[in-house]
Amino acid sequence: MMVDAYKEAGGKDVFSDSDVAHIVLERDKVLGQHMVEGLEVDAKRVAEGNVAVKVRVREGYKIEKPVHMCFGVLPKEGKQKIDMDIEIEDNASVEIMSDCVFPNAIKVVHEMLADIYIGKGSSYIYRENHFHGEDGGVTVNAKSDIKLEEDSNLKTVFSLLKGRAGNFNVDYDSEVKANATIEMVSKIKGYVDDKINIREGARLIGEGARGFLESKIAIQDEAVAEVYNELTASANEAKGHVDCTEIIKDNASARAIPIVNVKHSGAKVTHEAAIGSVDSTQLQTLMARGLNEEEATDVIVEGLLNG
Amino acid sequence: MNNELLKIENLSLKIGKTNILQNISFDINPGEVYAFIGPNGCGKSSMAYTIMGLKNYIPDRGKVYFKGDDITNMPVDERARKGITLAWQEPARFEGVSVRKFLSLGLQSRNVEISEEKLEWALNEVAIVPSKYLDRNIDDTLSGGERKRIELASILLMDPEFVILDEPDSGVDVIALNSIANVISDFKINKTGVFLITHSEEMLELVDRAALICNGRIIKKGDPEEISKYFKYECLGCEDDDYTLHPEVNIVE
Repeated sequence: MMVDAYKEAGGKDVFSDSDVAHIVLERDKVLGQHMVEGLEVDAKRVAEGNVAVKVRVREGYKIEKPVHMCFGVLPKEGKQKIDMDIEIEDNASVEIMSDCVFPNAIKVVHEMLADIYIGKGSSYIYRENHFHGEDGGVTVNAKSDIKLEEDSNLKTVFSLLKGRAGNFNVDYDSEVKANATIEMVSKIKGYVDDKINIREGARLIGEGARGFLESKIAIQDEAVAEVYNELTASANEAKGHVDCTEIIKDNASARAIPIVNVKHSGAKVTHEAAIGSVDSTQLQTLMARGLNEEEATDVIVEGLLNG
Repeated sequence: MNNELLKIENLSLKIGKTNILQNISFDINPGEVYAFIGPNGCGKSSMAYTIMGLKNYIPDRGKVYFKGDDITNMPVDERARKGITLAWQEPARFEGVSVRKFLSLGLQSRNVEISEEKLEWALNEVAIVPSKYLDRNIDDTLSGGERKRIELASILLMDPEFVILDEPDSGVDVIALNSIANVISDFKINKTGVFLITHSEEMLELVDRAALICNGRIIKKGDPEEISKYFKYECLGCEDDDYTLHPEVNIVE
């Protein structure tokens, strides 16, 4: 049922591919899992509505195909709490795609608390795609504590691909050691009275560490969004950039708070934030092709969120 | 009513308190290329935007007729669906929008079937290699010249009746210039009317009639070569509302 709901929401069918590692969780039930060599996953129910998932990629293993995780709550009401512990050992690499499905949510809470450790020389890509219903009845609380060792890299991409954001809270904090790179991207669209709250932080503590925090938000109606990006560079040659773009329409309101702290003369952090309505030249270019204002706005917003 | 496709009648445009266009009249026939020539800031692009009906470019006075219909207050998208479209001097960047998607939009809005062959044909017409560009995004990774040619390709796909080209020749290389000239020639053959803003000698060879504009007023109309020479060698420059500088302030048809 979970996989069906995921597919109905627009997700790709990867769960029948024997080369693809996956795990499927509905509320606190592990509905299925399949592993590949070098990857260890241990998922168990720890309390009602609460599952602990431990993911370990063993040293030196490069997992070729993305690992798929499917989480969700199918009824209108319910709670799902996931305690995620991810460890990528040294010189390993993996890409994990988490698909979170809440198609019928009226009063659903989804909490994801993650501890992420990326070993020396390792690479981790994490994409979290959300598929929500149209009632806005989901509260998402995603909190991650991330540590990157020397020469490692992490890219996280958080996207709401379908439905209303609901009450959407992202709180990621990271510590980045020498020559390691972190890139955190959030792409969310909100409408009606959705509330989006994003907090992303990166502390570049090692020489040559890199951090890039990017948020792309499009809101309309009475939706509210606040993006708080904090980047601190405290080592020589540490460099970072904060980029926040928010498009607003109707009575929506947006706030961007980029904070950059530089604590070493050899470090550099830049930021840009742009909040406003849809760009007039873009809009009128598309309208001069025959699209009405709403269609043109959709093309621009989808482009921003897919780019 | 004559054969004219587009007719501008005694049109004036004010933005804020500034007079941008004053008492402008001209007409363009099917398959005709009509050029506006003049110094920077004289109102050429404003005229283009007013024909297209862009936001803030609705005239205070006068009329815009298309195929005999008054379209003065018609929204931009409706004008586009009637067959009018515009290529910008500085085309927009679209983050996350592929060339393929961008080209398809004009067809989609007219419910015309989209095929790979059509998209490739349009790109080839503007000297863009389809296989290298169709899946790229129209963002900062493309130069202004590339975006300009892609925009022109999107216009070709719309098969419009009337095209507004705002300096299509600026910022493009010689090969691209030839392809743009060929596209304009094709417009003429297909009886598409063209309103062209240009400073290029090559483009002027394609022009049937021209007008010299200064301070938002047409000060001379007629043969494009004659207008161009006048602008280059005899025009004394524009001063606010000081038309005594121009010996030929009375319009010469």
